Amino acid sequence: MKLESLCNSLSLKVITGDTEREFSGVYVGDFLSRAMTCVKQDYLWITIMTNSNVIAVASLTDAAAVLLAEDVVLLPDALEAARENGITILSSSLDAYRLCLHIGKLLEES
Amino acid sequence: MIEMPDTLKFHFDVDGSDFSSAGEASVVVKKKLRQLGYPADIIRKVSIAMYEGEINMVIHANGGTAEVEIHENEIVIILSDHGPGIPDVNLAMQEGYSTARENIRVLGFGAGMGLPNMKKYTDYMKIDTKVGEGTTITMKVYL
Ligand SMILES: Nc1ncnc2c1ncn2[C@@H]1O[C@H](COP(=O)(O)OP(=O)(O)O)[C@@H](O)[C@H]1O
Ligand SMILES: [Mg+2]
Repeated sequence: MKLESLCNSLSLKVITGDTEREFSGVYVGDFLSRAMTCVKQDYLWITIMTNSNVIAVASLTDAAAVLLAEDVVLLPDALEAARENGITILSSSLDAYRLCLHIGKLLEES
Repeated sequence: MIEMPDTLKFHFDVDGSDFSSAGEASVVVKKKLRQLGYPADIIRKVSIAMYEGEINMVIHANGGTAEVEIHENEIVIILSDHGPGIPDVNLAMQEGYSTARENIRVLGFGAGMGLPNMKKYTDYMKIDTKVGEGTTITMKVYL
């Protein structure tokens, strides 16, 4: 599924980056070492971490995008790093569980 | 005849005072490997192993150096620090074992998966460590 249709269906905010890419799976978690091995290429990574280490992990794993849950706000240097590295950052007021419920439904329908 | 160098070497000083820049050297290496056209699974192994080692130097050892050598048959990563050393390597290698304190865990570090992942995602790993002197970790990913 394309990030763009995910954004439209769930009214996600696009903090930075484009939504052209497709995502092929989802991982939820905040421990960076766990994300490092569980986020696969083209995955959507849902987290509430907001520091620039998130950008390093997203970049190293080739994640399709980072989806920030619960309206958490990326720290300024992390936002800058995301722009520099071309990482797409999305955001939602929903928590990770609700996001997954919605995404699961969408993926089932598509 | 022009001789092509058969080894590419990179050196990084890893800053131990700035958690927010931790992982930058790994990102540079990953981009380089991608440019050079290495397969995705090799890049993934090197990325995971080097990232974890780099993070450990930052959060446990106040920084250090990273050397990456790209040979014809293998990629070698050498991480050296003058931190506190690891008193019990077998214990440190256990999944979930971490001495990271709360102020570091809130940043997302300290899952206790770094050393196990370094072992799992490389073909060779050697830990030289001495309490009070520092740690050098050598890892290889075969091509
Ligand atoms: N370079 C290092 N210098 C000193 N201690 C280290 C170093 N790397 C790892 N350690 C020790 O080994 C433990 C386990 O490391 P690791 O598996 O990466 O987990 P984590 O970094 O999440 O604590 C660390 O908590 C720390 O006590
Ligand atoms: Mg670690």
